[in-house]
Amino acid sequence: MLSIKDLQVSFRTRRGEVNAVKGISFEVAKGERLGIVGESGSGKSVTSYALMRILEAGGTIKAGEIVYGGIDLRRAGESSMREIRGREISMIFQNPRAALNPIRKVGHQIEDVLRRHGRATRRDAREKAIAALEAVKINDAAARYEAYPFELSGGMCQRVIIAIAIACDPRLLIADEPTTGLDITTQKAVMDLVDDLVRARDMSSILITHDLGLASQYCDRIVVMKGGLIVEEGRPAELFSTPKHPYTNKLVDATPRRHATIRGLLPEDQRTPLDPRTIGNAPMIEVVNLQKTYDGKSGPVHAVRNISFAIREGESVGLVGESGCGKSTASSMIVRLLDPSSGVILYRGEDLARIPSAGFAGHPLRAKIQMVFQDATDSLNPRHTARQSIAEPLKRLTDLKGAALAARVEELAALTGLPSNLLDRFPHQLSGGQKARVGIARAIATGPELLILDEPTAALDVSIQAVVLNLLADLRARLGMSYLFVSHDLNVVRLLCDRVLVMKDGEIVEAGSAEQVIDKPAHPYTRALISAAPQAPTRRAA
Amino acid sequence: MTDATLTSVPEPSENPSSGSLGHVVYVLRENPVTAAAFGMFAFLILSALIGPHVVPYDPLATNAARVLQPPSLDHWFGTDNLGRDVFSRVIVATRLDLVISVAAVALSFAIGSVLGAIAGYRGGWADAVLSRVLDTIMAFPLFVLAMGIVAALGNSVANIIYATAIINIPFYARLVRAEVNIRREAGFTLAAKLAGNSDARVLALHIFPNALPPMMVQVSLNLGWAILNAAGLSFIGLGVRPPTPEWGIMVAEGANFIVSGEWWLALFPGLWLMLAVFTFNLMGDGLRDIVDPRRRT
Amino acid sequence: MGARGGAILMRIAQAIPVIVGVIVISFVLTRALPGDPAAQFAGLTATPESIEQTRVKLGLDKPLPEQFLLYVGQLLRGDLGQSISTGRPVIQELGARLPASLELTLTALILACAIAIPLGVLAATRPGSWIDQLCRLLVTAGVSLPTFFTGIVLIYVFYYLLGIAPSPLGRLDFLYLDPPHVTGFFLIDAAIAGDWATWRGAAAQLVLPATTLALFTLAPIARMTRAAMLSALSADFIRTARAAGLDSGKVLYGYAFRNALLPVVTTLGMVFSFVLGANVLVEKVFAWPGIGSYAVEALVVSDYAAVQGFVLAMALLFVTLNLVIDLAYSLIDPRFGTSSK
Repeated sequence: MLSIKDLQVSFRTRRGEVNAVKGISFEVAKGERLGIVGESGSGKSVTSYALMRILEAGGTIKAGEIVYGGIDLRRAGESSMREIRGREISMIFQNPRAALNPIRKVGHQIEDVLRRHGRATRRDAREKAIAALEAVKINDAAARYEAYPFELSGGMCQRVIIAIAIACDPRLLIADEPTTGLDITTQKAVMDLVDDLVRARDMSSILITHDLGLASQYCDRIVVMKGGLIVEEGRPAELFSTPKHPYTNKLVDATPRRHATIRGLLPEDQRTPLDPRTIGNAPMIEVVNLQKTYDGKSGPVHAVRNISFAIREGESVGLVGESGCGKSTASSMIVRLLDPSSGVILYRGEDLARIPSAGFAGHPLRAKIQMVFQDATDSLNPRHTARQSIAEPLKRLTDLKGAALAARVEELAALTGLPSNLLDRFPHQLSGGQKARVGIARAIATGPELLILDEPTAALDVSIQAVVLNLLADLRARLGMSYLFVSHDLNVVRLLCDRVLVMKDGEIVEAGSAEQVIDKPAHPYTRALISAAPQAPTRRAA
Repeated sequence: MTDATLTSVPEPSENPSSGSLGHVVYVLRENPVTAAAFGMFAFLILSALIGPHVVPYDPLATNAARVLQPPSLDHWFGTDNLGRDVFSRVIVATRLDLVISVAAVALSFAIGSVLGAIAGYRGGWADAVLSRVLDTIMAFPLFVLAMGIVAALGNSVANIIYATAIINIPFYARLVRAEVNIRREAGFTLAAKLAGNSDARVLALHIFPNALPPMMVQVSLNLGWAILNAAGLSFIGLGVRPPTPEWGIMVAEGANFIVSGEWWLALFPGLWLMLAVFTFNLMGDGLRDIVDPRRRT
Repeated sequence: MGARGGAILMRIAQAIPVIVGVIVISFVLTRALPGDPAAQFAGLTATPESIEQTRVKLGLDKPLPEQFLLYVGQLLRGDLGQSISTGRPVIQELGARLPASLELTLTALILACAIAIPLGVLAATRPGSWIDQLCRLLVTAGVSLPTFFTGIVLIYVFYYLLGIAPSPLGRLDFLYLDPPHVTGFFLIDAAIAGDWATWRGAAAQLVLPATTLALFTLAPIARMTRAAMLSALSADFIRTARAAGLDSGKVLYGYAFRNALLPVVTTLGMVFSFVLGANVLVEKVFAWPGIGSYAVEALVVSDYAAVQGFVLAMALLFVTLNLVIDLAYSLIDPRFGTSSK
């Protein structure tokens, strides 16, 4: 139905021409569900924009052909492309809230498409738009018709986008990272909906994603892209059991799945045995009845309600939950950036909650509790070099000076695997993985006993995530630190943590050892979280 | 989207040498207009510094024999109704106009930065009070407020500077407040606190320097506006008094002769005024390019 | 709708503290600054006796808080004091001259919007084209031009050199009689009276000053329109609309332009501030009998009551305009008054 041959796309930039897609070919058959998988910069999204001919300014198709149902899309005029878009080929996007016109009622946005393609007249547009909303299983569709995007949740907005996309019964649906920015449970609902619609209407689909697990679950065939080229293509089961290309192999390894080990994320030749570590018996930090309440417009907002837990020396505890569950608020209080409303934070018997967060910067224990931040780019001062960033806590919290300070920075760089020739670069001159290393080196600089990891790999590609997770595991063993690992991803948490706490609506709903929580979840919410996480097929039946 | 933007930016680690200086050179070479603006700026500074010593005539010396002469080789910009050399007056006026605008902008920059940084970082009542005060200042049409202030304080050059500074404060305070506010919860701010910095240090050493680039753009654009403002005030008879050479007042004096065709009296000081403002505005746009190439407008 | 109605009422209520603030500043400017306000109000020709008289008459011998209450009381009665130069109440003078200023300002604004908004949209949709370059040039030149200088150049070219503009003195050449007073806007009053000769005369007088003011005004509007349109066009929802096959007119006007209008409307507040200020200068250049030239004349003879009355009147006018802008905004943006803005 769709066939792409030797497609090349390039962008004009200030630094000259950049080839985003360097000659790729693939086909999509009728009723087939194709997955395009790749990490950032692989050219996967650009490919889909090129075939819809909606490339941004500066982007051009340099060579190749795109044939859809006998029509050459590359040479089709703009007006015939407009007939094809929405009616023959539709697209849904990541970040659904931004993908809808913020000041137009969602019902009218659906009507715009219906009327554009002659599927509705002024008289029956409303009725048909409501039917389209019902088709994407939106409750109370007639009322939602009147809503503006800001009045709907992210998942609901994505359903509206899907309603717009399928309103005119297209034959091919392209989904560009449709679950990015949504919570796990919503992700699954959205993907299931798309899949049901595609199957029920006998459409073809292209799913563009960075997540090999997601693609294997919802696609009949997968192409893997890297650096603007297709490196491998095959059925999901084959791809996972016998990947041929080394890159696919690496990607398959790095995708966290149920029974993988942390070293298993790395390529085979790098799987050295983990250093042994000991977990003490006495609690190092103990949180008792911690609460945080904000004054909201309509009464108090309970961000964290009465949570209690302890972390022993050398132990790693995972704090898992979806956005808004209070996990970040809790970790901010423990790292003493935020004052709790009530409760106790005992660090080796001393109550830290009684020290105001504003004055904690000067407290001797500041050096003992540190944090690695979610977004490495955002957490580095853009005007400081890597060396300055790592040296900052050493200057303020230790007595190191001059040569000793410089030597310690080099030592930390070596410890985190950051080549020392990169130390004098600014953040914008470093890659994502390198920035993550700088952030970790800074956090461990003062020799902390407790390190709070706030989704440290959320912004990274899976292959880099694998490396960073292993680095964290090595550092923990070597330096004897305890971790509080805050994350939304149970698969990742399980790799690094001994125990897991599951948070929902400010409360801990389940706690236990990592195996116990993940293999035998007791709370229905934990079960929902686990079943919603995409599961990649197990490799080589091992 | 992410794909497209990421691919269009080459691996950053390939060119560590092209730092900020390389970028400046690049922008100047790409954009000759900005380079010209910087050249013009240098000329204005030079006029202000050595102008009074190199002009051919005394800007205050009248000459009844050479009244209202059109531009010639002797008098490049002609002479005015008292026989004074317009060229000399225009060049000498540069110093006064620049001093007024630079002093006013420096005052408002300093006061606005401190107020805005505190309000943006502390939030709460400090922010609420400052916002109210700024709203009240902004509730006046600013030139009109400047008129009122000069009228109330008294008609002098110093008061022109104060008035111009007061009406400019809200721009800086709001800009700094916004820039500080978006960085208040940024990862690097929290990291700086974890590294043992007090709030004051975090604000002064980590957040404020990052807010400086947009501030410099604002300074450049504001300098132009401050000159216009000061010249406008003296045009309606406030601040500078005759016979002091100043562009606004020279245009005002020349305006009386325009209907009888003696265009050079008003044209040249007006042109110089325009050129100065144009220079600062172009420089502001150029600085914006240097600071952030994505925000080209 | 309830929440939005509440938000609109809230916005109107927010104007109250601003007005209070304006009155306080105005009071400070009038009475509380260094120097002897009594001497200022008595004027340049005052004798020690007349200064004392003024002091007692204005209550300047009383403590400041009491003076403030007196001042507010006077304002509530519409008393802005007496003009020394004309001897008439300041409020009457301002009232008589206000229509002239409004007619000039509004004409200039309409002219500026009519040129700037299409220009900004065209420039944003064709980045790098000649129209984009023209827009950039106009925008930078526009904000660099001193209004009083532009006015003088226009007079020189169109009145002295070409002779196609009438003499730059006031609202109407002395050949014509003022149209019967209805609104105070000569163009409207003349049209109501059906006196088209006078209408043309008034329009001819208006062209140059309105153009001068519009040249200055269109720069910020065009700049904002272009920037807002560019950012709207690069928004994700535009991509959705394009991917759904909507035609370019719908994408451009139905989707991008309506969103771009929001920041443009917000900027209008700032533009008003500049226009009302520039208005003073333009009125002086063209001897336009509005409140700006009134204030300039008053400044020259140190007529303080008149100047301060003018400043207060301008501030109140500006606060009202801002309120109108925000209410217009609330009509366009459904998010008005909700937290997700």
